[in-house]
Amino acid sequence: MSDQISRLTPFQIDALREVGNIGAGNSATALAQFLEREIKMEVPGARILSLEEIPEIMGGEERLVGCVLLRMLGEAPGKIVYLVDEKSMYRLLTLALGYEPQEISGEMEQSALQEIANILSGSFLNSINKMTGFNCVQSLPSFVLDMAGAVLGSIAAHEGQFGDQALFLETSFYEGDNKIFSKFFLIPEPGSLEKILGAIGAETDEQIDPGANG
Amino acid sequence: MSRLILVRMGELKISESPDFLGCTGLGSCIGLVIYDSQKKIGGLAHIILPEAGRNGNSPDKPGKYADTAIPKLIEDLCKAGAERNQLWAKIAGGAHMFSFDTDIGRIGERNTEKVREILKEIKVPLKGMDCGGKSGRTIKFCLESGELKIKTFHKGEKIV
Repeated sequence: MSDQISRLTPFQIDALREVGNIGAGNSATALAQFLEREIKMEVPGARILSLEEIPEIMGGEERLVGCVLLRMLGEAPGKIVYLVDEKSMYRLLTLALGYEPQEISGEMEQSALQEIANILSGSFLNSINKMTGFNCVQSLPSFVLDMAGAVLGSIAAHEGQFGDQALFLETSFYEGDNKIFSKFFLIPEPGSLEKILGAIGAETDEQIDPGANG
Repeated sequence: MSRLILVRMGELKISESPDFLGCTGLGSCIGLVIYDSQKKIGGLAHIILPEAGRNGNSPDKPGKYADTAIPKLIEDLCKAGAERNQLWAKIAGGAHMFSFDTDIGRIGERNTEKVREILKEIKVPLKGMDCGGKSGRTIKFCLESGELKIKTFHKGEKIV
């Protein structure tokens, strides 16, 4: 995986950023419909990060985050990770439930957050399918509320079995002036990136062997 | 003046009393302490995966894998003046953060098993552990007392 990612050209990174842009745009629309509010989004970034940087994305390893992990199954397998910070979880829940929740670790609150993430990731996946002509489906989401370092480190450890670097597409949403500080990542499995790039007409110049260098 | 030395993913560091060694936000990773309580010299490794072999060994980061971190930690400690036969270990981490049953769920468990297996093999006694479960941990090891303090979001603090 690290090899595959480090060989991406600026053109291909732009192409992936565009995939992220369209995907996140669809997610924002779906979220707006669900919450019956206007939702804006930040222009997403496509970033390549090393394993060690991952836990710091959410602003500190000990910070409480909500994380939903979904597996993307089909032609381009991978993972979709949706991360939201504590303040934004309260904001999202207030919008979704119609009242400000006392806590976020309750069953009701967790299930609402999981549902929101499901909507977001589902629409994200739909737009990838539309762009590529694939028929990828998503697994049931797994929700975790814990320290950023522990959550992201565990995901990074899994990616580390393939290489030392991971590719993230990230975006944040806004409801009015309230920033919903959230990150949305697509972590392709070895070979998947190549298939997505091929399907959207941004093939690699040289053939990449996904098995090379693990 | 005592310092708190933080050990990030894949790193390993050694120090001596009165310092503290710590890891923030351990999930499936393992925080492994090896300590000489006579000399009060100890080391901490923030291990990510069980074995280097099939992962394309990265010799610049021996702390990443259980099978490279343990020998390197012992080597560094002995160079710093620790006695090999006085060393003991404590471990924490190896949580199962995500509920669905895939490889990602088992990394913590495999890490714990591998570390315990190697420690047993090279005869470094395991004096305390707090592994598994579903919660992330932040750990702090006191090089004066040999106490390992563990903090979690859901279950508060404990000492092993």
